[in-house]
Amino acid sequence: MKLPRWFHRFGSPPYVYNLSDAIAPWLGWSALVVIAVGAYWGLFVAPPDFRQGEVYRIIYIHPQTAYVGMMAYTLMAVSAGIGFIWRIKLAHAVGVSAAPIGASFTFCALVTGAIWGRPTWGTYWEWGDPRLMFELLLLFLFLGYLALRAAFDDRDKADRVSAVLAVVGVVNVPIIHYSVEWWNTLHQDPTVSNLSEAPSMDISMLIPFLIMVLGFTLLFYWLLLRRLQAEIIERERGTRWLRDLANEGAG
Amino acid sequence: MPFRAFRLVFGRDLRIAFRRVSEWGNPLLFFIAVSGMFPLALSPDRLMMAAGEGEVYGLQSLGIGVLWMAALLSSLMGLDRLFLSDVEDGSMEQLVLSPAPLLSVVYGKLAAHWLVSALPLIFLVPVLGFVYQLPSPALGMIAFAIFLATPTLTVLVAIGAALTVNIRSAAAVIGLVVLPLCSPILIFGARATVLALDGDAAAGPLYLLTSLAFLAVSLGPIAIAAAVRVGLE
Amino acid sequence: MSEIWVMDGNGPYVWVAYGITLAVLIWNAWSARARLRRNLRNLVREPAREEPARQPKVSQL
Repeated sequence: MKLPRWFHRFGSPPYVYNLSDAIAPWLGWSALVVIAVGAYWGLFVAPPDFRQGEVYRIIYIHPQTAYVGMMAYTLMAVSAGIGFIWRIKLAHAVGVSAAPIGASFTFCALVTGAIWGRPTWGTYWEWGDPRLMFELLLLFLFLGYLALRAAFDDRDKADRVSAVLAVVGVVNVPIIHYSVEWWNTLHQDPTVSNLSEAPSMDISMLIPFLIMVLGFTLLFYWLLLRRLQAEIIERERGTRWLRDLANEGAG
Repeated sequence: MPFRAFRLVFGRDLRIAFRRVSEWGNPLLFFIAVSGMFPLALSPDRLMMAAGEGEVYGLQSLGIGVLWMAALLSSLMGLDRLFLSDVEDGSMEQLVLSPAPLLSVVYGKLAAHWLVSALPLIFLVPVLGFVYQLPSPALGMIAFAIFLATPTLTVLVAIGAALTVNIRSAAAVIGLVVLPLCSPILIFGARATVLALDGDAAAGPLYLLTSLAFLAVSLGPIAIAAAVRVGLE
Repeated sequence: MSEIWVMDGNGPYVWVAYGITLAVLIWNAWSARARLRRNLRNLVREPAREEPARQPKVSQL
């Protein structure tokens, strides 16, 4: 399969490393600012909810962490798939870097969701609720990916085997998303991600909501790039470009 | 070529299975032992307290959970026999290198595995259901639901087996990877059985089990073949 | 101010949720940076050199 030229640039570790190094600070600082603004807005400026009062404010972190977790898994699965099919090591590096971040965000989503559930639905957790079960499955898929990798001594083998798992598990992401439509769950129907109609959230809440989505996304990519850089260094040990980079910095 | 390969591998695996009965027999005995022994660990008084409306000592609800979980674990036990012995003695490599399409080989193995490991389970589960005093509609439902669930279980277990074929501590990884993937089966299967117990229609979960089965059987073997190839590298 | 803290009695829920999330994100940030720093330091240590090696500059964030 003939691929465009720029695609090959992204298969080059030094190129990606240096690009990441250049972009990361921008992502990091803007993430910090956006999250700070969004959190302040959501906690102190936005009005209380008609039904839930003040506790609704978890809406400014819970859906965002869940969304980032799902995006992280999709990115991991796509990169792992690309790495598997075209044998591009860098793609596997992206997958490996995304996994712990995605697991963390998914963990946050589960925890903030449970905390939110207690005062609103009356329970921290509901076994058998589809969205909760599949979100928990997502966390296990991240952990399983990492555990599977750890069981191999040969990194290439670890890459390829875990790639199969990552791709198999990607069906879970649309299942989580559509679970509220397909089943009767404790969760409410989608208000913002439902693209066929205008969001039903009030604008005074929608703005900080979206700000936090942006902020968490920027944060994710900053974390990803930094982890990717570390991963590239580990994989490219002994290569000339890396030695030049080290000398450059130290000389 | 594909069908011939399927038939040949299917026949071969079946013949091997009948020579090594304990390979697939032990997981079934495990199922009988676990689900049969569970009531021994429970005191009748506490069960009576946990009883729902019209339930016999709460045993029935417990029984549904135990039967499904034991069926799942028993399926997991049969993981090794799918690929390990073939990889170890080199025949898997020969199969991969042969002109036979690997997908046919995988389907052949899955079919043979299902026949000896899953089919008996479909008959065993309602029999053990007697122990939990499940009424006949529930017994029929659990057998049917297990029947619908087994293709997916077979495929998922095979994915786990293919991924871990050369790993030292496969068991831990499998627990982390395969069991959570099986959780939808558990949820829907148990739900269908409980609905049947209450006398309600269980079409919803059954449809879901069926669609999961179709999904698994159509796409799963592709992943399994890929994993087997990687495992042999 | 205390009104925001208490939140009609639901204060603990909101603040614990935000707190845990913040903690996890901070841990992620720290762990990613620490790993990168460690790898860069090890890089420098590998080739033997006469002058003392200075740590390569990692951008601010």
